[in-house]
Amino acid sequence: MTDLLFTPFIEFAFMKRALLGCMIIAISAAPVGVLLMLRRMSLTGDAMAHAILPGAAIGYLVSGLSIGAMTLGGMLAGAVVVLFSALVSRLTAAAEEASLAAFYLISLAAGVLIISASGSQLDLLHILFGSALALDREALLFLTGISALTWLALALIYRPLVLECVDRVYLQTVSRLSPYAHFTFLILVVLNLVAGFNALGTLMSVGMMILPAAIAKFWFKRLDALMLAAIVIGCVASYVGLLLSFNFGWATGPTIIVVLGLCYLLSTLLGLQNGLLQRWIKPRHLSA
Amino acid sequence: MVDCVVPSALISIENLTLGYERHPAVHHLTLEIKAGVMMAIVGPNGAGKSTLLKALVGQLDPLSGSLRFNSFSREQIAYLPQQAVLDKGFPITVFEFVAMGLWRHRGAMAAISSSDRVSINRALERLGLQGFQSRQLGTLSGGQMQRVLFARLMVQDAELILLDEPFTGIDQQTTDYLIHLIEHWHAEGKTVLAVLHDLAQVKNHFPHALILSRKLIAYGETEQVLNSENLRRANQLNEAFDEHAEFCGHD
Repeated sequence: MTDLLFTPFIEFAFMKRALLGCMIIAISAAPVGVLLMLRRMSLTGDAMAHAILPGAAIGYLVSGLSIGAMTLGGMLAGAVVVLFSALVSRLTAAAEEASLAAFYLISLAAGVLIISASGSQLDLLHILFGSALALDREALLFLTGISALTWLALALIYRPLVLECVDRVYLQTVSRLSPYAHFTFLILVVLNLVAGFNALGTLMSVGMMILPAAIAKFWFKRLDALMLAAIVIGCVASYVGLLLSFNFGWATGPTIIVVLGLCYLLSTLLGLQNGLLQRWIKPRHLSA
Repeated sequence: MVDCVVPSALISIENLTLGYERHPAVHHLTLEIKAGVMMAIVGPNGAGKSTLLKALVGQLDPLSGSLRFNSFSREQIAYLPQQAVLDKGFPITVFEFVAMGLWRHRGAMAAISSSDRVSINRALERLGLQGFQSRQLGTLSGGQMQRVLFARLMVQDAELILLDEPFTGIDQQTTDYLIHLIEHWHAEGKTVLAVLHDLAQVKNHFPHALILSRKLIAYGETEQVLNSENLRRANQLNEAFDEHAEFCGHD
């Protein structure tokens, strides 16, 4: 049993690096996901994931399967989409989700056009689903850097961010930080999606952001507990997913996300905070 | 009426027009508000009362005219909107929410001191919310939420307090207490502007009043302002925007 559970991570350096990489992503992306979910912007994460895809693809076209070029491309594409959609919604009366939808579609279409015009054969599978098993030392250092930067930025903008979620008008009356906090947060979303796509792929990296948060919401009430739980859930799912993918030869990114998906389904059923079972079997109420 | 128009005005409003989509909601308003007044803003629905408060806190830019604070910045205003747009589903406790009132003193980073904790707990206690500290915002009733918002106003300790229909949905006993609290703020020298509909309440408790009906009808001491002629003029307001209106030639 111990052999089955631990040996792959002891014997194979690539498994060790894959686990470490996924855990670093979870530590950074999961708390971002909690705030994204609480800001009712879960689908924004998904839109951003599409927005960075063409940037990554262009990076691949320019310099092949280079993590640096693809990351830079993804970050640039994401930052441009965030900047333009935030600008349009703040300067006009357009709702941010509408302008974001417009800009991510423009970005996606432009990316696909560039790729089709260049006529190159793309290793799309790598871009879409990542390759956690190919994470090298440089990639791990890069992920650690993004993780540290995310935590530092979150600590700096935590208060205005929370305040903007709960009572935006109040924040706007006492401070001018509101748009900066929001913009910094969206950049953090892009950074973490870009970090995630090296290991999990552009389409799957948003899963590590949103699913642990969505699962934690079924078990905990307090914000600090939600963040901690989301991190732990992300790390455990990375371990279980990698083990399954190793033993059955499944693609790593999707396996990790499927594990998270199963946890989510179980939580909707068993969760202590508004889980279905709790609604069916009403616990006894208190006297006052 | 002369009482408010003095050189040491806290707020100077000159020829101010506020509105939405180029239609004026408040038209060519000129007035000065002296520091330390406790003034009720009255007028029919759609008269521009909330719009005026929004402009004062910087939520709405003027279409024309000017609005000036003398030796005072916008960040020093405490504002209670008509319907606070709150995300009550966000996991935050009553204590944490009231602690937000410390923003001007503690900003985005500084820690909350033990004396801050004392003042937050005192504010909660004064509003009858002792024992509510760790309650989630989402579990509060409408009246309890309004009291929590007042507790945050107390903690804000601002010089200018703007209240937009602050007693909506609140029982009589609590309303009486909140009026008492506002009178206390006034006695401390704070400036209070409150949008209200209950004229008896205004007459009994607010020394100054301003009648607005998309334009200024009157302002000054309540006894002189709240007369039947002024109220009749205010009620003649045409609430709807005229889609075919000409450009205003007043400027």
